[in-house]
Amino acid sequence: MDKRDLKNDELVIAGRIFNSRLLVGTGKYNDFKETRSAIEKSGAEIVTVAIRRTNLGQNQQEPSLLDFLPPDKFTYLPNTAGCYSADDAIRTLRLARELLGGHTLVKLEVLGDSDTLYPNVLETIAAAKVLIKEGFDVMVYTSDDPIVAQQLEDIGCCAVMPLASLIGSGMGILNPHNLEIIINKLTVPVIVDAGVGTASDAAIAMELGCDGVLMNTAIAAAGNPILMAGAMRKGIEAGREAFLAGRMNKKLYSASPSSPTKGLIK
Amino acid sequence: MKIVINGIEKEFKKNKITPQDLVNSLKITGQRYAIEHNGEIIPRSDFSERDIRDGDMLEIVGAVGGG
Repeated sequence: MDKRDLKNDELVIAGRIFNSRLLVGTGKYNDFKETRSAIEKSGAEIVTVAIRRTNLGQNQQEPSLLDFLPPDKFTYLPNTAGCYSADDAIRTLRLARELLGGHTLVKLEVLGDSDTLYPNVLETIAAAKVLIKEGFDVMVYTSDDPIVAQQLEDIGCCAVMPLASLIGSGMGILNPHNLEIIINKLTVPVIVDAGVGTASDAAIAMELGCDGVLMNTAIAAAGNPILMAGAMRKGIEAGREAFLAGRMNKKLYSASPSSPTKGLIK
Repeated sequence: MKIVINGIEKEFKKNKITPQDLVNSLKITGQRYAIEHNGEIIPRSDFSERDIRDGDMLEIVGAVGGG
């Protein structure tokens, strides 16, 4: 096996270079201060944001999320959460591009069902084609279907992001074999998006060979989000290093002692 | 005139205003937002160039926390 190490082990997405393989959402925190603290602790450089109607009521001078996550420190990844059609997703990301001053790196997700939040891959592919034509760098949320993942790469998505389990479920990696097929087939970064519940899930995803993990609820809904953010950072790093190191072969029903078998005291 | 902003009807005394007039009156000038006017995004550079008229639909959006 090749000897691999951590030298120049950067995550490259659409020509942008990142040192962290943990991508985080910014939803579900108690306040912006907690959001900022948890994200800093996670070491994440890419943060997802949602696009919503501005509240036109009182308190116009209240700080916004973007004030707490300055653009010189973080790469924003506007998402299309809540969109159930290609048209809605395209509209949302065009607005995001205007909002963020021409920013092109986006997370596309088109949902198919409000109970499971399972992606509608047909609408997703339709939206991705239009967005790529318009110059967007599309990181795409999808199912763990290897054929769909391949198609999303073929049409020009810059990263393919299959679910590990349902959004916000914390059920962990339910089908590591499908993820492995996707990882082995694709050349663009494969980032597990959704379903991770705790640090070991993140480590397993990275050990499989994923290029990164995107999560939100696993950190924000933890008892102590800031502590969990640190745990996730370590989980990602441990999993990545284990992947690069190359694990030992499993020896089914065949033990191998670690101590010498010679020189035993008799 | 009446226009619909983010799904809510608002009444203005004038019979046309620019997007810049609108953001001034809504006191959101310090925020980051994007505006869609009758389904078309208005580039910031055009904020003083366009007219919003009676019956127009506007969406004003910003970034919020999300995963």
